Amino acid sequence: MRILVIAEHDNVTLKGATLNTVTAAAQLGDDVDLLVVGDNCGGAAEAAAKISGVSKVLVADNAAYSHKLAENLGSLVTELASGYSHVLAPATSTGKNFMPRVAAALDVAQISDIIAVESADTFKRPIYAGNAIATVQSSDSVKVITVRTTGFDAAATDGSAAVESLDKVTDAGISAFVKEELAQSDRPELTSAKVIVSGGRGMGNGENFSMLEQVADKLGAAVGASRAAVDAGFVPNDMQVGQTGKIVAPELYIAVGISGAIQHLAGMKDSKVIVAINKDEEAPIFQVADYGLVADLFDAVPELERQL
Amino acid sequence: MKILVSVKRVVDFNVKVRVKPDGTGVDLGNVKMAMNPFCEIAVEEGVRLKEQGIADEVVVVSIGPKACQEQIRTAMALGADRGIQIETDQELDSLAVAKLLAKVVEEEQPGLVILGKQSIDSDNNQTGQMLGALTGMPQGTFASEVNLVEGKVEVTREVDGGLQTLSLNLPAIVTTDLRLNEPRYASLPNFMKAKRKPLDTKSPADFGVDISPRLKTLKVEPPAERQAGIIVGSVDELVEKLKNEAKVI
Ligand SMILES: Cc1cc2nc3c(=O)[nH]c(=O)nc-3n(C[C@H](O)[C@H](O)[C@H](O)COP(=O)(O)OP(=O)(O)OC[C@H]3O[C@@H](n4cnc5c(N)ncnc54)[C@H](O)[C@@H]3O)c2cc1C
Repeated sequence: MRILVIAEHDNVTLKGATLNTVTAAAQLGDDVDLLVVGDNCGGAAEAAAKISGVSKVLVADNAAYSHKLAENLGSLVTELASGYSHVLAPATSTGKNFMPRVAAALDVAQISDIIAVESADTFKRPIYAGNAIATVQSSDSVKVITVRTTGFDAAATDGSAAVESLDKVTDAGISAFVKEELAQSDRPELTSAKVIVSGGRGMGNGENFSMLEQVADKLGAAVGASRAAVDAGFVPNDMQVGQTGKIVAPELYIAVGISGAIQHLAGMKDSKVIVAINKDEEAPIFQVADYGLVADLFDAVPELERQL
Repeated sequence: MKILVSVKRVVDFNVKVRVKPDGTGVDLGNVKMAMNPFCEIAVEEGVRLKEQGIADEVVVVSIGPKACQEQIRTAMALGADRGIQIETDQELDSLAVAKLLAKVVEEEQPGLVILGKQSIDSDNNQTGQMLGALTGMPQGTFASEVNLVEGKVEVTREVDGGLQTLSLNLPAIVTTDLRLNEPRYASLPNFMKAKRKPLDTKSPADFGVDISPRLKTLKVEPPAERQAGIIVGSVDELVEKLKNEAKVI
């Protein structure tokens, strides 16, 4: 078993999702290499070398990789993959974007979003918005896998792996970066936050989300949202939790004015403790909530903030 | 420009599926089936590009059992011009689907291929990207905006940190996210018209594609159920419980 993990990072820092993915890799074998692909990504590479259980950090540092274009990332990883039995990336928007290109180029199936490693060729993954868990076995020579980070603990960071730079550059030249609008926030990231306060359509508008932000500030929490709140333009898309948004599993998830549709539950029902605040006692969210409060959120949320 | 759109027949998104007692899969007997919501958005986008005069033909393709002709007809009722069904009763890996679509791309030579970003049954999120690798086309996945400008396509993508816009050479692949558009409803007269639109039926063997599965499903089980919780009477009680019982704040 030789395992290659593709790191998630922003060139300067390593994203937490990388640590969970290394844990999944370590369950497959103890020869784990980590690939950092980026542009001026020395900072991320340095952090990667400290992850426990990583034998070697490979660094591909080139302008061609500055915006993680799937075509360029995909062909680099495809070229490197032949020496490995498994290639793993976190199931982030970057991993989901380039990994299937790697799988198809290698003529192998991809196993998406694994939540458990059963053996070197057998994995568990959710299907049907998490309403069923499938155990799948791969007969391919190289296993191309994306990892649902909530299924695995974070690896420790007391290692000191060797760092090796790659001079190979793969620039397909068929796609180009135009612009990006990234959310700026001092709050923890949704996918790694210990506490999340989420709002739904019941919030009524974007300004009312400031009530949730005040609660979040007191709890050191991230703020999330349902699809309905994003579609209505209350908050940006990066806050969406659910089947097609972010998958989260914090210690505490507080759902405010969210009904609890299957697709929303798919993204948060593995949270340790769930609180629901909703004025409709029939709302399905109460079926998964540890603590339900049937109340008007415009009374309950300010009151909650005062009591924290 | 020709646009190719692929659609998948899946369980309706409102259905909460149940796992079969013998653990071989989920029970799809007597449940409502429909077009995958992301595929509906893909059809709508193709039809809009035609209405704007950017595309001149929208071809829709579906791979699956005979029943998936229903979804092809729906796509044609929404405005697609003709359909291709690749008939198979076998459950396919995304890789096999992408290989078949690559053959259709070779035959049809579309300028743009639009697919849903994932299907709500397998939740794989793979096919569009795989098709990209197999055909050498660039991809704009998780699209919330698509604009054709000066012989290229600009795609705004929903990514974890916010939004990213890319410019892709044509031909290109786009996979749809939920906010790309709001699909229209097909009217009854349009359903009638769709019946007369051409629908070609083929088989995987016609394309010489090996569709044998690489992944074997050993078992399907229900997820761990959460214990039903309690209803608290007040914010005071909630805060007290979170502090002293759950110990999470
Ligand atoms: C393919 C597909 C993918 C999807 N993916 C996702 C996804 O990733 N994430 C997601 O969230 N959804 C997703 N959805 C949408 C999902 O089906 C629901 O439509 C959505 O989650 C509903 O959001 P909501 O709970 O905020 O809104 P609603 O269902 O409208 O619920 C609003 C709730 O607020 C309560 N409320 C209103 N006013 C107050 C008040 N003053 N005080 C207290 N409570 C109040 C109401 O009682 C109600 O329960 C998806 C749908 C499809 C088809």
